[in-house]
Amino acid sequence: MTTSETDIEQTGAPGPDSSGSAESANDGGASTGGSGTNVPGRDTKRAGGKALLKWGAGGAAVVLLGLLPLLNLSLPGVLPGPTYTPGSLQLLAMCMLMAAAALSYHMLLGVAGLLSFGHALYFGAGVYGLAIILDNLDIPLLPAMGLTLLLVIVLAHVVGAVSLRVAGIPFAMVTLAFAEAGSVLVGRNPGGASGGEEGLALATDNLPDFLVGVVNTRNLYWLALAVLVLVFAIVTWVQYSRAGHVASAVRENELRVRVIGLQPYLIKLLVFVVGGVLASLVGMVYLLLQSGAVPRSVSADFTITLLVMVVLGGVGSRWGAVVGGVFYTLLDQRLTSLANSEAIAGLPDVLRIPLSEPLFILGTLFILVVLFLPGGLTGAAKRFGRGRKAGRRGEETDNARAVLEDAA
Amino acid sequence: MSTVVLLFVTGLGLGALYFLVASGLSLSYGLMGVLNFAHGSFLTLGAFAGWEVARRTGADSWWTFLLSILIGAAVGALFAAFTELVLIRRLYERHIEQVLITVGLSLATVALFEGIWGTDPVFIDGPAWFSQTTSLLGAQIPNDRFISIIAAALVLLGMVLFLKRTRYGMIIRAGVENRSMVTALGIDVRKAFTLVFTIGGAAAGLGGVLASHYFGYVSPLLGGSLLIFAFIVTVIGGLGSLTGAAVASVVVALLQQFANFYLFGTGDFVVVIALALVLLFRPSGLLGRKS
Repeated sequence: MTTSETDIEQTGAPGPDSSGSAESANDGGASTGGSGTNVPGRDTKRAGGKALLKWGAGGAAVVLLGLLPLLNLSLPGVLPGPTYTPGSLQLLAMCMLMAAAALSYHMLLGVAGLLSFGHALYFGAGVYGLAIILDNLDIPLLPAMGLTLLLVIVLAHVVGAVSLRVAGIPFAMVTLAFAEAGSVLVGRNPGGASGGEEGLALATDNLPDFLVGVVNTRNLYWLALAVLVLVFAIVTWVQYSRAGHVASAVRENELRVRVIGLQPYLIKLLVFVVGGVLASLVGMVYLLLQSGAVPRSVSADFTITLLVMVVLGGVGSRWGAVVGGVFYTLLDQRLTSLANSEAIAGLPDVLRIPLSEPLFILGTLFILVVLFLPGGLTGAAKRFGRGRKAGRRGEETDNARAVLEDAA
Repeated sequence: MSTVVLLFVTGLGLGALYFLVASGLSLSYGLMGVLNFAHGSFLTLGAFAGWEVARRTGADSWWTFLLSILIGAAVGALFAAFTELVLIRRLYERHIEQVLITVGLSLATVALFEGIWGTDPVFIDGPAWFSQTTSLLGAQIPNDRFISIIAAALVLLGMVLFLKRTRYGMIIRAGVENRSMVTALGIDVRKAFTLVFTIGGAAAGLGGVLASHYFGYVSPLLGGSLLIFAFIVTVIGGLGSLTGAAVASVVVALLQQFANFYLFGTGDFVVVIALALVLLFRPSGLLGRKS
């Protein structure tokens, strides 16, 4: 991996920002996106070789991940057992789904600069929508998923159209309020449909056999992998489409976009809806993997979890969202088993209480990352990989900070 | 008629709690542009501090109650001042990162409270008078409602006097209006930031003790659930407007109470619909400035 990175730097050297990430090249294109078409074209050409390598590495990683259920690899301390066991596959599938959910949140925060605190509403709509439809209607899985998607599209349009009347921090508060209404609705258990605090077990009558039961965990694992690849592809496609460029331009300077004659409101609504639909898609597979819906999947806590993943990984970067989602899920799982271990139970209260609360450690880690590592894990890794030679330290940091401040 | 009176006074009591949380949120947003997700934790910590005081000194005397209110407010104020000085101040002018810091703080502190006091609600007793009722226009009203209303009215009065009559109050009002001008006049506006945060924290801590009596319990999630309604209140009232927060607190709480009783427990949804309507027709809030 290190050698290929240096190769990239040597082959595509000429421009000043050639050592930057694909994201920063995209940003360069985005700020001029509305005014001319030849400029992004040149950028694409220059970044072409590098992008090809990146996609190659990504493809190899996907193939490797796809083969994991057939291999007998052990990662002690990270996975509970060898890679072919259902326990490990379940955890890995969860990591990939969380990475995909974090990617859908990246659409909002990283691309369009929308700090939403209500993203769990769409994830939860996918989880509960599909669960309730499978529970009450006698239709096969795919039509049920289509129906859920349709409902989510309508929901995202309505909520987005109202919330986008305000921007910045008021937008965060309003999306939180709408998501809370959804959370309250699920908790109230209207007509016994959502199961209230207990949650809802997955009705398996109309599901295909290969998706049901612990024996088939590896099919669900492959499904999760497919969803991650699909979401990554869609997010990339939207981000590099004309709409994506306009969305980044809106994030950077809404007034200029309006002066050019484009409509920021519609573009933001589009990104909001696409992000919501992707989240609901991930939610549906999450339902199949967990074989049940729990109220946490629609709570404000879940949105905050997604936000933490994106920030931990690195704001404004797709790989950052993926890394953040995987890292958070693994860490959460490890910390939970640490909390229940005997080593912790023997400590004095002052140490035992904080260490037995995974969220305390994750919250503290999050604060430290925001304070001292604004580019997140990927930003830190890039800086570390490049070393001090180029004197361009802090570029990712600045980029992430800029993305965050554009959201205000 | 007696039902309407009961709902009205109960709604006012709930509105008083919303106001105690929302006032600090609204002022700190207006002055500093900080949306404080940890504000709920100030409240929860204040409530637990008040409960600890009551537990240790015998629950049913008025002196204990007064002491628990004072300790709750003081703990909230200290926690808020600490947050501002140690975490928020480093990220001056970077609003989203400030929000993220408070989100992390809220996650970490709620988990810590769960570790210390457990996840289950802790039930609380006050002076015997609290559990009695007073007859007002034919309605039997639980007495703790009156305490919340009186306390919130005193806090509102105190804040208004402080903002209108004192030098620091003037600096804060001027800062909300135009911060760069205040800085240009050579006034260290950061002191005002700490002050606003501390006052907001004290109000939240006080609100925590009162909320624990209003609901009859304390739990680590108490602050978070009130915080969401406080957000709604600040948006409806207009961000940065203290009067707006007061008016909207009462309106939101009354809507919630009446809808819960007459519209089959739909109070929370009616409030969110009210929020949507305000955003559609008056995005800056009832008393907010047009931006």
